[in-house]
Amino acid sequence: MIRDITLGQYYQTESLIHRLDPRLKIVATLLYIVVLFVVDDFLGFAIAYAGLETAIIMSKVPRRFILKGLKPVFLIIAFTLVINLFMIQGEVLVQFWKFHITREGVHMAAFMGIRLFLLIIGSSLLTLTTRPISLTDGIEALLSPFKKLGLPAHELAMMMTIALRFIPTLLEETDKIMKAQQARGADFETGNILRRAKALVPILVPLFISAFRIAQDLALAMEARCYGCGIRRTRMNEIRFEKRDLIGAIVFACFLAVIVLERFLW
Amino acid sequence: MSITVKDLTHIYSPGQPQEQVALDQISFRIEDGTFAGLIGHTGSGKSTLVQHLNGLLKPTSGTILLGDTDITKAGTASRQARLKTGLVFQYPEYQLFEETVAKDVAFGPNNLGLSPEETDARVREALQLVGLDYEELKNVSPFELSGGQKRRVAIAGVIAMKPEILILDEPTAGLNPKAHRDILDMVRGIHESTGNITLMVSHNMNDIARMCDQVLVMDHGRLLMDGSPEEVFRRGEELKEVGLALPDSMEIARQIIEGGLALEGTFLTMEETADAIAAALQAK
Ligand SMILES: Nc1ncnc2c1ncn2[C@@H]1O[C@H](COP(=O)(O)OP(=O)(O)O)[C@@H](O)[C@H]1O
Ligand SMILES: [Mg+2]
Repeated sequence: MIRDITLGQYYQTESLIHRLDPRLKIVATLLYIVVLFVVDDFLGFAIAYAGLETAIIMSKVPRRFILKGLKPVFLIIAFTLVINLFMIQGEVLVQFWKFHITREGVHMAAFMGIRLFLLIIGSSLLTLTTRPISLTDGIEALLSPFKKLGLPAHELAMMMTIALRFIPTLLEETDKIMKAQQARGADFETGNILRRAKALVPILVPLFISAFRIAQDLALAMEARCYGCGIRRTRMNEIRFEKRDLIGAIVFACFLAVIVLERFLW
Repeated sequence: MSITVKDLTHIYSPGQPQEQVALDQISFRIEDGTFAGLIGHTGSGKSTLVQHLNGLLKPTSGTILLGDTDITKAGTASRQARLKTGLVFQYPEYQLFEETVAKDVAFGPNNLGLSPEETDARVREALQLVGLDYEELKNVSPFELSGGQKRRVAIAGVIAMKPEILILDEPTAGLNPKAHRDILDMVRGIHESTGNITLMVSHNMNDIARMCDQVLVMDHGRLLMDGSPEEVFRRGEELKEVGLALPDSMEIARQIIEGGLALEGTFLTMEETADAIAAALQAK
């Protein structure tokens, strides 16, 4: 159950998108998000969606897998939709009791809905097609110009790698502790909010202790292998910008150009 | 109360890439009062199996009877079974969370809705059964205890619920030899004083051969053997094939016999093997 959460998860398969340089994918995703806020009409969204759709097909990640992991986020989208639908003032279309739906409300709700949807699918495509390790390597590489300004790029990337690495471990740990307390008759499902919050204590205390234990063991293991002894670390797999990355970058630049032209020419 | 398992199958994450058949058509019966052992290689499905016996996991298919109640049916039966079966998880000391030993042991009885007096009586009794001194430890934080003591407190937390079936998942994992012996003596003592079913998951063939009336062997989610220790350990070659071993006492006897000295006996404990060797030497 708790292991079935796929948000932010990597999907193992062989595809061109998987093999692209992580730096390119990160930059492209960021630009894509920016573009989603530049777009101001439905034709623009159609183009943005077409681009995303192409990437999804090329990535070979099953649609079912993408959508299932996003279930919790759809709740947020639905909430945004409802808020926009009822809160925006303007020309009234439908009215019942104290609520009224306006033309501007419908427009805004549709807009925000599509925007959020594309934004979430787009960014989850990044994590679905990029191993956490390559992702942090990419971030480190992108941040390294700022090292001169004193930004600890490597340390930040290492922290992220470790945090990502231990999400599944902590989920497993939570699952185990929950079961152990259930075996002692704990009940997490009934009662009012106060009771349920109290019922979390027998989970959270052991979970914190586990997290500290894991962190301590890891720190010891890293020190035993001389991590942070000061000499510059090299890596086994250097990220290289290949020909396919160049092609990918050009295609993406064309896509950007089309969207920006659409925005300013129509 | 007896345990009857029929055609039990459990599949983790069905229909997903990481689908895993953890239990495959398992059937067995454990009679009331039996001390049973469950052995198998890591990942063979032992923990998955025992979690079904107290309703924590629901089977994909198959039935589980505790006495006459089918605990796989929906309804209150499941929760009741959960409370009739006490499951001590692997590394149970990681589930401790209260400020004091007494409060932690009282967590289970409190969840049963018992009166404070009854709870207190059970805490005393449980701590005594696991060999800890109530007066000395009741106000001590469980996190200040040694590894072996923490584990006893955690086991006491389950015993305090007075389960009719006690299941222990690798109760001696990660303990030093002395704590290992102490915990096993304690389990033996609890079994004898309650007269209920005790089911112990273990990797240690010596302990299983010495303590159990019935042994279940699992391999890749299937039940490979089910019988008395004599019957199971007679099939030494098959056990080795699935990554298990014979108890030391039997391995020694086997090598001596191979060396040319005829020994008679079942060799389930070191004492039996020693006696058999002595008898054979005297007869010479
Ligand atoms: N919560 C879970 N989700 C998915 N797979 C699991 C889970 N727990 C165990 N498994 C898998 O089921 C199989 C049996 O595991 P387990 O019952 O823990 O074996 P054992 O206790 O004999 O080592 C293993 O392959 C394990 O990876
Ligand atoms: Mg196990």
